Amino acid sequence: MIRSAQKNSIDAKKFDVSSTVDNQWCPGCGNFPILMTLKKALADVGCTPTDTVFVSGIGQAAKLPQYMNSHFFNGLHGRALPVATGIKASNPRMHVVVASGDGDVYGEGGGHFIHTIRRNPDITVIVHDNMIYGLTKGQAAPTSQKGLVTPTQPRGVYDEPINPMTLAISLDAPFVARANAGDPKQAQDIITQAMQHKGFSLVDIFQPCVVFNKKNTYQWFKEFSYTLGPDHDPSDRNQAFARATEEDKFPLGVLYQHDRRAVFEEMIGTYDDDKRPLFERELHRGAIDALLSTRK
Amino acid sequence: MGHKLSKDFTIVVAGQAGQGIESVASVLAHVLKKQGYHTYVAKDVMSRVRGGMNSLMLRVSNERNDAYREKIDLFVPLDPRAYAHYAKRFSARTIFMGVPDPAHTTSRGDDKRSIIPVNFIQLAHDVGNRIFANTIAAGTILGLLGTDKEIGTHYLRSFFQRKGEKIVDQNIKAFEKGYTIGEHAAFQEDIHVTMVPKNDVEDYIFLSGAEAVGFGAMAGGCNFISSYPMSPATGVLTFLAQNGRECGVLVEQATDEIGAINMTLGASYAGARGIVTTSGGGFDLMTESISLSAITETPIVVHIAQRPGPGTGLPTRTGQEDLVLARHGGHGEFMRVIFTPGTPEQMYALTAHALDLADRYQIPVFVLTDQLMMDSLYCAPEEAFSARDVTQYVVETDSDYKRYALTKDGISPRGVPGHGAGLVHSDSDEHDEEGRITEDMDFLRKEMMDKRLFKRKRLLEKVALKPDRTGDAKAPIVVISWGSNKAVLEEAWVKAKNVKVQIAHFTQTYPLHPSVVDLLAHARTVVVLENNATGQFADILEVETGEVVHERMGSWNGEPFSVEDVTKKIRAL
Ligand SMILES: Cc1ncc(C[n+]2csc(CCOP(=O)(O)OP(=O)(O)O)c2C)c(N)n1
Ligand SMILES: [Mg+2]
Repeated sequence: MIRSAQKNSIDAKKFDVSSTVDNQWCPGCGNFPILMTLKKALADVGCTPTDTVFVSGIGQAAKLPQYMNSHFFNGLHGRALPVATGIKASNPRMHVVVASGDGDVYGEGGGHFIHTIRRNPDITVIVHDNMIYGLTKGQAAPTSQKGLVTPTQPRGVYDEPINPMTLAISLDAPFVARANAGDPKQAQDIITQAMQHKGFSLVDIFQPCVVFNKKNTYQWFKEFSYTLGPDHDPSDRNQAFARATEEDKFPLGVLYQHDRRAVFEEMIGTYDDDKRPLFERELHRGAIDALLSTRK
Repeated sequence: MGHKLSKDFTIVVAGQAGQGIESVASVLAHVLKKQGYHTYVAKDVMSRVRGGMNSLMLRVSNERNDAYREKIDLFVPLDPRAYAHYAKRFSARTIFMGVPDPAHTTSRGDDKRSIIPVNFIQLAHDVGNRIFANTIAAGTILGLLGTDKEIGTHYLRSFFQRKGEKIVDQNIKAFEKGYTIGEHAAFQEDIHVTMVPKNDVEDYIFLSGAEAVGFGAMAGGCNFISSYPMSPATGVLTFLAQNGRECGVLVEQATDEIGAINMTLGASYAGARGIVTTSGGGFDLMTESISLSAITETPIVVHIAQRPGPGTGLPTRTGQEDLVLARHGGHGEFMRVIFTPGTPEQMYALTAHALDLADRYQIPVFVLTDQLMMDSLYCAPEEAFSARDVTQYVVETDSDYKRYALTKDGISPRGVPGHGAGLVHSDSDEHDEEGRITEDMDFLRKEMMDKRLFKRKRLLEKVALKPDRTGDAKAPIVVISWGSNKAVLEEAWVKAKNVKVQIAHFTQTYPLHPSVVDLLAHARTVVVLENNATGQFADILEVETGEVVHERMGSWNGEPFSVEDVTKKIRAL
C-alpha cells in the first residue's frame, strides 16, 4: 500500500470513533486487541481516516468498520472481497482494508477468496479467525477444529478444517501471514508489513471467542503457536508451504512474501495514462461517436 | 408463372452452426441497405457450437419492419436437413434456392415445387476453398434479387481489405460466380423485385440489440462493468470489453454473478457508474445484492436479457419470463425501476436513462431485454444514438457529512470516499444517518423505510414513462405489450385493420405512470400480449391499478410472436 515504511507521527487515536457509538462485542473478546492493533498499524503506515476504506461482510468481526473512524462499506455476509476489489479498481488512491470473520471470508465467501487472490488487487485482508461462527451463536466455521462439539455439530466437527495459509500460498498470494490477537505487538508489526506490501495481503489473526468457543482460548492459541524465527525465508514458496502445513503448533509471522505478481489495478489498463479515479473522469464522447460511425 | 417480390419480403438462410450463415446475412443486410432498403435480421440458433440447425431471417422492405415474420419468401438452405426443420414456414409462394431437398419436404401433394439447385460448397471448392461458400451464397441471393453488382463487390472489398489483396480477390471472384448464377436463375424462373426503395436509410447504422444496450451504457456514463457470461446477455459484456479501453469503461469478467454484482456495487460506492449484464439464472444469484444496493442506497443498473426457464431452460431461445423476478427479486421492501425497451433506439436511450436514474435516486434500476432483441441486427437512424450529456450527482463532502442524512424528499446527497473531508459509511444493517448500525425501531427504522420506499415511490412515479399508445384512444379494446413485442404488435395492428382495437407499449413496467389506471379503466377489454405462460405483466397491471386484465395472450414455446400470428389474434378480437 504505502511504499515507504517510514513511520508517521499520526496518532492512532485519529481512528477512534465517538464514545457514543455502541460497541456490540462481548467483554474480553479477541476483537478488541485486533481493533486497537489495526489503528496503530494504520498510523504506522501513514493512513488517514479520509484515505482509508474498510470493507466487511456480516458477523461479529465484520462489525469492526463500525468502530473505526474511516470510510466503510459494511456489506453482505461473505461478499466483502469483490466489493473491496471494485473500490480499489475504481479509486486506487484509497487504502482498502477488509476486516471480516473466518466464516465470512473462507466459508460463505470462499469462492471470492480464491478468485480475489488470482486477481491480486492491492488490498489488505484481515481475517478474525476464532474458529467459530460468533454472531449466529457458536456453529462450526470452516476453520473449526475436528471434534469441536457445537449446537449444530452434536457429534463433533468431522469435516477437515480449511488451512487458509496453504490455500493462499498455493494460489501464490504475494503476502501470507498469521498473527495472534493475544500478542498485539507482533500483530501490529505483521499488519503494518501487510499494509505496506503491494498486492493482495492476507493476515489471518487468531481471535479467541470468549463466549462460543471454549476450546480455542487465549491460552490455547498461545500454547499451540510459535513465532517463525530468522531462519525462515518467506520468499521461498516451498519452505513457506512446508511451514504452513504444520498443525501441531501453528507458525506465526510472515509465512510467504514476494513481489513477482503485478497488481490488478495496474493490469486492467484503466490507469496507464490517466491516474484519476473513475468518478473524476468525463465521458469519452469522441471515442463513442467514432465507434458508432463504424456501424454504417 | 413467375414471382414478384413487392412490398416486403423475407429471406431465410439456414445451415449448421459453424457454417457461417451470420456472415451471409451481414453481407446481404449491408448491400441491401446501400441499395436503399430497410433490413432487419433475426437469429434462430440452437445451443451448440457446431452442427444442429440454425437460421437467420432477413426482412427486406421499403419501410422499417423490425418484427419476426413466420412465412418465408426466399429459402436458402446450405444444408439439406434445413428443409424438414423449417417446413412449417413455407408457403405456396416460397422460392427455394440452395442444396437439393432429399425428402421432397417442399412438395405438397401433386404440387411439385421446383428448387433452384445451387451447391454452394461445391462451387466454393471450385474457387479454391470451402470457406467461400458464404460469399457465393450472398452473391447468388443478390444476383437473384437483381441488386447492383458493383455495390456488392465494393462492400466486399472494404470488408476484406485488412485481410489482404488475395483474400479480397478470391471473395470477389466467389461473389461474382454466385451473382451470375442468381441472375440467371431469376431470368429462368421469372423472379422480379418490384419493390421500389425509398432511399431513406443512408444515415442509418447497423447494430445488434446487445450493441444498442452497450452504446446506451457508454452514453449514460457507465465506466464500470463486471459480469459473468450467460446467453443471451454476454454480447453486452463482449461489446464493452472490446471497446472499453477507448470508451472509458473498466471491464472485468467475474467468476460468478454474486462476485460480479458485489464488485460493481463496490465500484459504485467509490463513485463509478456501474452496470451488470446477465440472464434470469444469473440474476437469481444476484438478488441478495439487489437488496444490498437498496439498503445501502448504492446505485446499480442490472441488464437482464431474458430466455425461457426454469433452470437452464432454452438457453438460446426467447421469452419474457423474468419480469416478476425483476420486480420482486431481493428480500425486504424497497423501490426499483424496470425499463422494458422495445426498439434499438429505446434499448440505447433507456440504458443511458437507467444509469442516470440509478445515480439520481440511488436505487437499483433494471433494463429487461430478451434473446430476440439481443441477437437481432437492426438498421436504425444514427442520430438516435448520438451522445448525450451526463449529469454527475456525486457531491464533495465536508467533515460533518452524513451518508443517510434525512431530507424532505428522501434523497441524501451522495458522497464518495476520497472526495471531500467527510467519511462515507455504507451499511447493509439498518442504520442511522451516519451509516452506523441501529435498532431504533420507533424513529430511525421508520424514517429509513420511509426514505427508501414511500418517498422514493412518490418521486419515481413522477418521472415514470407513459406507455406509447397507437390508434383511437376511444377504441374499446386495448392490446398491451412490453419489451420486444412492440414491433410485432404495431405491424400486426396495421395489418389487422380492426378499428375496435387500440394498442399500447410499455417501456416502463414498474412503477407505472399514474395515467395507466385511466387507460385500463376506460377500456372495455384489456388484453396483454407477452411471452410467458402466466401473464406476468398482466399481474403487475392488476395489482398496481386495481383494474382487470380480461385476456392474457401468452406464448411460452421459446419462439417470438410472428406478425402473422398476432395479426390473426387481433382480427379475432
Ligand atoms: C446470506 C446469509 N447467510 C447467513 C447469515 C447469518 N450469519 C451472519 S454472520 C454468520 C457467520 C459469522 O461467522 P464469522 O464470519 O466467522 O464471524 P464471527 O461472528 O465469528 O466474527 C452467519 C452464518 C447471513 N447474515 N447472511
Ligand atoms: Mg468466526
